[in-house]
Amino acid sequence: MARLNKVLYMSNDALLYFAAKFSEEKKNSGALSGFSEKAMFDFQKLGLPAVRHEEWKYTRVSNLFRKDLVYAPPITRITSADLQAFRLPGSDSASELVFINGVYNPELSVIRHQPEELIAMGLDKAAEGDYASFIKENLGHSADYHPDGIQALNAAFAGGGLFVVAKKGKIIQQPVYIYNLADSRPGFIFAQPRTLVYVEAAAQIQIAEQYITIGGNESFTNEVFEVVAEKDSIVDYYKIQNEGPLANHVGTTHIRQAGKCLTNAVTITLSGALVRNNLNMIMESEHGESHMYGLYLLDGKTHADNHTIVDNAQPHCFSNELYKGIMDGESSGVFNGKIFVRKDAQKTNAYQSNKNILLSDKASANTKPQLEIFADDVKCSHGCTIGRLDEEALFYLRARGISEKNAKSLLLHAFAVDILDNIKLEPLRNHVDRMISERLEFNF
Amino acid sequence: MLHIKNLHANIEEKEILRGINLDIKAGEVHAIMGPNGSGKSTLASVLAGRSNFEVTEGSVEFLGKDLLEMSPEERAREGMFMAFQYPVEIPGVSTTNFIKTAVNETRKHRGLEPLDAVAFLKLMKERMKLVEIDQSLLSRSLNAGFSGGEKKRNEIFQMAMLEPRLAILDETDSGLDIDALRIVANGVNKSRTKDNAFLLVTHYQRLLDYIVPDFVHVLYNGRIVKSGTKELALELEERGYDFIKSEIELAAQD
Repeated sequence: MARLNKVLYMSNDALLYFAAKFSEEKKNSGALSGFSEKAMFDFQKLGLPAVRHEEWKYTRVSNLFRKDLVYAPPITRITSADLQAFRLPGSDSASELVFINGVYNPELSVIRHQPEELIAMGLDKAAEGDYASFIKENLGHSADYHPDGIQALNAAFAGGGLFVVAKKGKIIQQPVYIYNLADSRPGFIFAQPRTLVYVEAAAQIQIAEQYITIGGNESFTNEVFEVVAEKDSIVDYYKIQNEGPLANHVGTTHIRQAGKCLTNAVTITLSGALVRNNLNMIMESEHGESHMYGLYLLDGKTHADNHTIVDNAQPHCFSNELYKGIMDGESSGVFNGKIFVRKDAQKTNAYQSNKNILLSDKASANTKPQLEIFADDVKCSHGCTIGRLDEEALFYLRARGISEKNAKSLLLHAFAVDILDNIKLEPLRNHVDRMISERLEFNF
Repeated sequence: MLHIKNLHANIEEKEILRGINLDIKAGEVHAIMGPNGSGKSTLASVLAGRSNFEVTEGSVEFLGKDLLEMSPEERAREGMFMAFQYPVEIPGVSTTNFIKTAVNETRKHRGLEPLDAVAFLKLMKERMKLVEIDQSLLSRSLNAGFSGGEKKRNEIFQMAMLEPRLAILDETDSGLDIDALRIVANGVNKSRTKDNAFLLVTHYQRLLDYIVPDFVHVLYNGRIVKSGTKELALELEERGYDFIKSEIELAAQD
């Protein structure tokens, strides 16, 4: 940790550093080379996000681009035995897809679904196969939607990405688990996982992502996860973040409802150093429905920033959003929720709520709902609260003989469990509940 | 059992209780009546240990111990119970889990083994009958979406589960229809023993038709201005609180 004394940031050197890395890897990027080149060009133009950008006001990522950053090629010293400890419950019947340092690793991945219902393969390989034109058309929609330097940086190195297809009309019972593993043993590791998921018409899929850093050094994951959901499909997406205090994460999950469908996203952040989650729900079709839930349960110095966008372009769509935060220690939580209702999106119903509990004087919360409505016949609501634990409820429990400590943990667990109820995958829900209960010392 | 001596209490610098004296013995039922704003609910809150009240003078002894020194949970474990006027809705906390936790923390305090699941369920089934409360209510979140009557019944059910030495019922009758009132009163009457006591805080006499008190006290302006037996409650019902007020004003003129 001696470098703490002389931290050197890349600042403008970041552009040069990644340009050089890019030229080294360029020869391998095959069918995606055009895409990556454009992204590298965008990155050079946009640069890294800075706090002067409104979208990054509370989250300073430039500090993560230090001179000791290791942008390593995939390390193959990881074995499936190493992964064993991190597997999610129910994994024996799930497909388990593994990224090592941001690069999809087919050898460590286990696909347990039949190819008639689910396909998973490297993005570069897929870009040369049957889905070539789909990928060409859809990869990078998130960047077109919202140009952003750090997303462009991910796109420039998309070659190591993953492509998943849920096949038409298939109700896929068993989940898809994605393990993003960063091996920090060589140093402060930088990883950029990239995934594109295509959910064909009337298919149903459940995907859970989790993040793991091994080794004692810091890590920084910069992820882009795109989903295109066709007509009558159902997508459940779960993002579980429970890494140590040395793990940094910036991620964009971009879900496009290309046809009328139902999409659910639940984002659980339990620890980490700096965490930034962007979640975009792009509702392009009439009668679409989307649900977005989030829980951030923070302590120490963890900083978690959730930015969400719901974009209603067509009439009769419904969206519901609830994010809850509990901040202890010196942690900070940020919520920014945008809802767009475009001119033609009449009869939109869009609800948003963000509730925060601060448990210490040094913890902080910033919340900002933003509604931009251009249609005139819509129902939209938003609300946010920042407060302490409900004193009256606390007194009620104590007046029945329950200790203050247990009463607090009962109330906090109750506050959090509201979000967990939206994890439909039962083994995963119980797993997250156990982690939360342990943190809150809830054992009733 | 309970000795209140010259109790004064403030809320936000305003004096609400101005010297309460009250003794309650095991086996007794006391009723405190009084007009709105007389300090009835403040007295109940101070006894239960609500922190936004400041006791400025006086003492309260409960079963030989200094009550005012105890935290709300210690008071409860020592055997004090308050049925809330407005029971709090707590979504996400299961009623059953909550009661089990409360029962076992209290048992632990009394040096008893925690009840296992079977013994707890047995006790619960038995006490549920007492207040005619439905199992479906108890499998829901604590008071969440309960009607007024269901909340009050849940309070009495909790009382029956915790077996307190002294139960304070803070306006438990308010907002109850006659059937619910009868059920609640019945639950209280069946819980009476020679070892426990009740303090009923109420605005109206009608609760006292169902739970017959041994003593009735009238609270006015932060003091107990008149004490008597159940006949006093009937007199109040008939003549209203104004006769008390005028009696006091006359006394003040002398």
